[in-house]
Amino acid sequence: MVPTNYYVILSAILFGLGVFAFIFKRNIITIFMSIELMLNAVNLAFVAFSQALGKLDGQVFVLFVIVVAAAEAAVGLGIIILIARNRQTLNVERVDLLKL
Amino acid sequence: MTAPLVIFFVLAALALFGAVSLILQKHPIHSALSLIVVMVALAGLYLLMGAEFVAAVQIIVYGGAIMVLFVFVIMLLNAGVEEHTSISKLAGVPGLALVVALAGFVAATVAKSGAGVQAASQTGALSSTRGISEMVFKDFVYPFELTSFLILVAILGATVLAQREKS
Repeated sequence: MVPTNYYVILSAILFGLGVFAFIFKRNIITIFMSIELMLNAVNLAFVAFSQALGKLDGQVFVLFVIVVAAAEAAVGLGIIILIARNRQTLNVERVDLLKL
Repeated sequence: MTAPLVIFFVLAALALFGAVSLILQKHPIHSALSLIVVMVALAGLYLLMGAEFVAAVQIIVYGGAIMVLFVFVIMLLNAGVEEHTSISKLAGVPGLALVVALAGFVAATVAKSGAGVQAASQTGALSSTRGISEMVFKDFVYPFELTSFLILVAILGATVLAQREKS
């Protein structure tokens, strides 16, 4: 039996790596992937608590998170295609029309 | 060490390796493949916890559908190696410090307060797939119907965004 603490600590580390990738990466597609990494880390915590408490609510929430992630991926990648078409770049530093 | 603990550490190391690789890889397609490694490792962890339905959905929806969408868009846009300016490299230093602080704070809080949670652990008492289906179609039937509306809106939005403008 693996203690629940281990799962949640792993989830915290994965979430931190996702945040770092979000801050550090410059390619807009990779930034979008780091959001998916953070969602996965949260899902791991949900399932770990669901197992620890002996209730299935956490696993149902994970299903909803996956559905929302799928919808988000579809819309987000549409936006990325638009940006690439209008600006001819995927680097977020070159998408600076609102910058002074 | 017992067998589940060994499996946990192997899968956790695989997930962390994938996440670090996502950050270190320069090419988006390599980052996408690293993310697939993380997702498969997490599916193994779900199986270890006895959540077999969530593990299957993780592989099919995340590893299959969503990541294929990502790889497809990377190929479509012909994304190359990402370029870093000196300012963006500098931004990684305070970013790393803040992220270590965040993950450390969360992990420390959990390690301090988790004793009450891990006492109640049990396995196999309830079949998780049957239980999940009963919860989704009884307790959560209203949110479940709303998600179908959400997906419909997302499909329409993606179609409108990605279609070519008529000149």
